[in-house]
Amino acid sequence: MKILDLWNEAAAGLLARPVRSALTALGTVLGIATLVITLGTAATAGNQIVGRFDELTATSVTVDVPGDDRPLVGWDDVREVTRLRGVTSAAAVAEAKESANISVRANELVDPSRMTELTLTVVASSPGLPEAVKGRMLQGRYFDAGHLARGDRVVVLGERAAQLLGVTRLDRAPAVFIGTHAYTVIGVLGDLRREKSLGSAVLLPPTIGQRFGLREVTRVLINTSIGAADLIAKQAPLALSPSNAAMLQVTAPQSPTRARDGVENDVNALFLILGLVSLVVGAVGIANVTLVTVMERVTEIGLRRALGAARRHVAAQFLLESSLTGLTGGVVGASVGVVAIVVICAVKQWTPVLDVRLAVAAPIAGALVGLLAGLYPALRAARMEPVDALR
Amino acid sequence: MPEAVIELTGLTKEFPADPPVLGLSQVSLRVGAADYVAVVGPSGSGKSTLLNVLGLLDRPTSGSYLLDGIETTSMPDSARTRLRGSRIGFVFQSFHLLAHRSVVENVMLAEVYGGRDRKNRRTRALEQLDRVGLSHRVNFPPERLSGGERQRAAIARALLGEPSLLLCDEPTGALDSKNTETVLALFDDLCAQGLTIVVITHENEVSGRAQRRLRITDGVLSEDP
Ligand SMILES: Nc1ncnc2c1ncn2[C@@H]1O[C@H](COP(=O)(O)OP(=O)(O)O)[C@@H](O)[C@H]1O
Ligand SMILES: [Mg+2]
Repeated sequence: MKILDLWNEAAAGLLARPVRSALTALGTVLGIATLVITLGTAATAGNQIVGRFDELTATSVTVDVPGDDRPLVGWDDVREVTRLRGVTSAAAVAEAKESANISVRANELVDPSRMTELTLTVVASSPGLPEAVKGRMLQGRYFDAGHLARGDRVVVLGERAAQLLGVTRLDRAPAVFIGTHAYTVIGVLGDLRREKSLGSAVLLPPTIGQRFGLREVTRVLINTSIGAADLIAKQAPLALSPSNAAMLQVTAPQSPTRARDGVENDVNALFLILGLVSLVVGAVGIANVTLVTVMERVTEIGLRRALGAARRHVAAQFLLESSLTGLTGGVVGASVGVVAIVVICAVKQWTPVLDVRLAVAAPIAGALVGLLAGLYPALRAARMEPVDALR
Repeated sequence: MPEAVIELTGLTKEFPADPPVLGLSQVSLRVGAADYVAVVGPSGSGKSTLLNVLGLLDRPTSGSYLLDGIETTSMPDSARTRLRGSRIGFVFQSFHLLAHRSVVENVMLAEVYGGRDRKNRRTRALEQLDRVGLSHRVNFPPERLSGGERQRAAIARALLGEPSLLLCDEPTGALDSKNTETVLALFDDLCAQGLTIVVITHENEVSGRAQRRLRITDGVLSEDP
């Protein structure tokens, strides 16, 4: 018997009773769908929790530079950190007590002759700060190496600082007065997801910062790709200051993988059992219906034997029929599961995490369930004596 | 003497019971190529038992059965199955057509279990349908055929693969006289074309058409003049 013939006979056997075949697959559909949804949403939810950690904590590394007689970390040393594999962005900042309450003034928009005066924090940073704090230039741009080289008297305002000072538009090159000097505002930085306090600060290039006592780098903010934080936490001090690495204090996140595992285990156990029970019920359903089908098709079995079918041909056909039923249940169940996960994620505004292995394994599991369920009925069919079957 | 298609010698079939039931008792029979034999006998006399043994569906308790000169009683099941599929065509009283397949698909089923190439299977099936006069019903489902047409479709299925022996169990038992006549006419044609036919029947109309009549009584076979 050719494989193609076996396939045709099994498919025709199932299609001869399409409604029954569909209903038979239903148990497997439910079982596989439950398993896929359980495993899928647990992975997604677990990943989601880790995802928040990831972006705020799990990928954030901070290096504190203690004050010393001479600078431990130079402004240009940040470049050494950005060269490390696994670093996505990094910036150096200088903060000081004496620069925390500086008088800053701006011309009022409504009446340019009047001034708004505020006490704000002034911070110096290297040019990469917007990326390092995961922020966004709401207006204009951040200062770059060119501004630093020329010693341009420019500043960038944090979003909150800009609001307080009434700086809403940059097209007329507004200026702010810090102390006695005027500086051109070239950008507004907002949407900070890290170091949110910088949103109410005035940000200066290091060249300008010197005037306010912001000479030395006090902190380096580093972002890493997921999973690289541990390694970068070890490498960063050496990259920043090869001779004084031990003096730098590194703050790195805790290992994130354990959080994920914990979440998955708790959520899953119950639903996994539910899914497996559904699968067993599905298997019993297939076994039951296949057995009924075998009994109904006794004369067909007899006919096939008369036409030259061996016992194994008869067994193979019923096994293939039950396996195909299980496979169909697996495919449909996996599809239902995936759609459900996508819907759940849409409602919860999660990013769906779909393991490709799950999408492949689910139909295979369905087919295996069908195969196991078909064993006994196929055996019964194969054992039938042609003489009895044709009586 | 040309080689016989069927050669039974001292063949006995006992069914295990207390006391054992004797289905066939010391049956000896020789059927040559292109013979057309009818087996008659009362109900329970052993007709079906004989047919099952001849069709390799059942094993005799003792004795020998040569089909086309091949000793079959000592063969393993798998070899008997292959021999059955390739040398014997069956025609049943209730046709046994698969309801969900067209006429030609039902005929093609006869080649599924042989080793024959799938290529041209349909063409070969159509040739057999033409032979039984059903070319106009090729794609019909069995339920839309008359009884006689159904039996002719079943005969086409039995003929696919060119068997040496056609075994028929009450082939006209479910047919009216008009349809019986078409089937019997077909048997006459097939016999004329060289096919060996053994028909079990209790209808005189059928047995009368055969070249040779055998009577079976309580498992004992005898020529019926
Ligand atoms: N499987 C069986 N087990 C026991 N006895 C059987 C079996 N098959 C047939 N017989 C007996 O063998 C005898 C012949 O049966 P059968 O060949 O079916 O007769 P017929 O077809 O001529 O009506 C009967 O007495 C019947 O009861
Ligand atoms: Mg009988």
